[in-house]
Amino acid sequence: MASPEINKIEHLNADKLLAAERHENLTIFALSLPALIAVLVVIVIPVGWLFSLSFLDSSGQLSLVNYQKMIEYKSYARVFKTTFNVSILTTLLCILIGYPLAYFLSQIPRRYVGFFMLTVLLPFWTSLLVRTYAWLVMLQRNGLINNFAIDLGLWDTPLKLAHNLNGTLIGMVHIMLPFLILPLYAAMRRIDPHALQAAANLGATPVQAFWQIFVPLSLPGVVAGSLIVFVLCLGFYVTPAVLGGGRVILVSMQITAILEDQFNWGAASALGVVLLVLTFAALFLASRFLKLDEVMFGKR
Amino acid sequence: MNFNLSTKRSQKTLLGAVSAAALSVLAIGQAHADPITVVSWGGSYGKAQDAALFTDASKNSGIEINRESGASMSKVVLQVESNAVTWDLVVSGSGSCAAAAAKGALEKIDFNVVDVSNFLPNTYTDYCVGSDVFATVFAWNTDKYGVPGTAGAPNSWADFWDVEKFPGTRSYRLNNVDGALEPAVMAMGVAPEDVYDFLSTEDGIKKAIDKIRELKPHIAVYWKSGAMQAQLMKDQEVDMITGWNGRFDNAKKDGAVVGYTFNQALRDYDGFGIPKGAPNKDTAMKFLGEVSKAKYQANLPFHITYGPTNREAYEVTTAPKELLEALPSHPNNVSKMLAVSLDWYAKNREKAQEMYMELLSE
Repeated sequence: MASPEINKIEHLNADKLLAAERHENLTIFALSLPALIAVLVVIVIPVGWLFSLSFLDSSGQLSLVNYQKMIEYKSYARVFKTTFNVSILTTLLCILIGYPLAYFLSQIPRRYVGFFMLTVLLPFWTSLLVRTYAWLVMLQRNGLINNFAIDLGLWDTPLKLAHNLNGTLIGMVHIMLPFLILPLYAAMRRIDPHALQAAANLGATPVQAFWQIFVPLSLPGVVAGSLIVFVLCLGFYVTPAVLGGGRVILVSMQITAILEDQFNWGAASALGVVLLVLTFAALFLASRFLKLDEVMFGKR
Repeated sequence: MNFNLSTKRSQKTLLGAVSAAALSVLAIGQAHADPITVVSWGGSYGKAQDAALFTDASKNSGIEINRESGASMSKVVLQVESNAVTWDLVVSGSGSCAAAAAKGALEKIDFNVVDVSNFLPNTYTDYCVGSDVFATVFAWNTDKYGVPGTAGAPNSWADFWDVEKFPGTRSYRLNNVDGALEPAVMAMGVAPEDVYDFLSTEDGIKKAIDKIRELKPHIAVYWKSGAMQAQLMKDQEVDMITGWNGRFDNAKKDGAVVGYTFNQALRDYDGFGIPKGAPNKDTAMKFLGEVSKAKYQANLPFHITYGPTNREAYEVTTAPKELLEALPSHPNNVSKMLAVSLDWYAKNREKAQEMYMELLSE
């Protein structure tokens, strides 16, 4: 007998709840409006402007000349290839170095984490330029590392550590490492230690438990971190420009050269547009291949 | 109460005083021109210009100037294209100045106001007026290859390319073809006066690029700026390098073991341009006329080892003989050099630049 009464009350509540929800949605929208406008003003409009500039030739006429040039001269394709190669290499090296480090951080007692995290964060908070030039001082022909090693008799002639791909990778990996470690550490901390104990209970050796339980569970962190690193690398300028010695030319450096030496905003914009499109394409491929939704947000 | 009243009264008096002052400023403003914005580069170059040219020229002509740094012709082009010109007089390398002029971003120079009759040849165009002569030279580690002028020391571009006679690393220009092809042509044995003839065809440019490709395995670093040229020699990162003579003199003052020769060097100049539609272009033109006078340029060598463009400056300067002989514009040195041809760059730069970038990306 009581149920219709209850239903009625629930119904009444539902109405109010719906209204409240609508109100809340509206409030959230209103609150995020400034952010949306900011995104529109600082991202959407400039990118649109960049896009339109790339279709203008140097006299301001509508043309495809900026894109034709990219096909006509091989330097552009080579620069894109170098950019992707360097970005992929940097990301792989970051995983190789960052994974054990993040694993170590996730396994030690929490009270020691602060100290070790500081060793990751301190360089992260130091100026990019300072770190890059510090590497140059260390790596160059008469730099600290070469002089020290030659004095010790480790090698006779200076190793070519800077002004080439070696230097570029060393510098970029060092600067990108925190971007991988931080999300990876967070993902590893979230892994339930009972899962590993359960695996041991079921007869898994520690190595088996690590590879079959821990690593798969940490993959979302690896994917998130390496995507951040990879995308940041694609547009990286300072470190490759300083440590590459002009022998490792990335897209960002080509854009600067075109702007500074040819005042050609159209050609520079076209390069920017192609880089943006390729970045999206790479992310799209990654999402297909890695099922980003599943690994990052746990959706099925 | 009283206090309030007096405050009000004083406010009124203050208002009156302020408006009177504003009026008088307006009146002065009508009598005198607005201050012009003069833009140069930072560091020792801009300081040298302040000391030698700008401060005195401003005092003597009564033209007030606002000094800014970060001069760049690409910014001038952007200002002109977006109808937002704020600069009146801008320092630039001759090549960028010519390129900006070709884009229609510069005012034509009024030679009735700016007297260039005594200028060295090839140090001004219809849109740019030279302020100082510099040279693109090659410099080397003197511990390794000997002091310039002594027996066995390098002396020509052929030596720069000769990695058997002078084994070691080289450094060349990054991302910018300016002054990059001429050395390669001279290294092939072409006489300086025939260099631009040689480069007038695409085939000639290709041969020059091929010559640089030959040296590429020995190029350890590509330099991007004058500061980097100096740093590379100070750190002994490379053994031989192309670059601007003044930077190597500065590096030597800082203790670098570096020397260079003016033989077969490329004589070039820095200058001034006036952005199209500059807010005070007439005043800027007058100021350009003033700083181009010999009496100011004569002071330049004291502050930087770049030479005056005005020949008269060499007569009126009090600089010692040794200093004058070390300038790239000294007649003894000029005769050894090749003047950079802006005509060639106007016609061929775009193509040559793409070909050079292609070589660098290999």
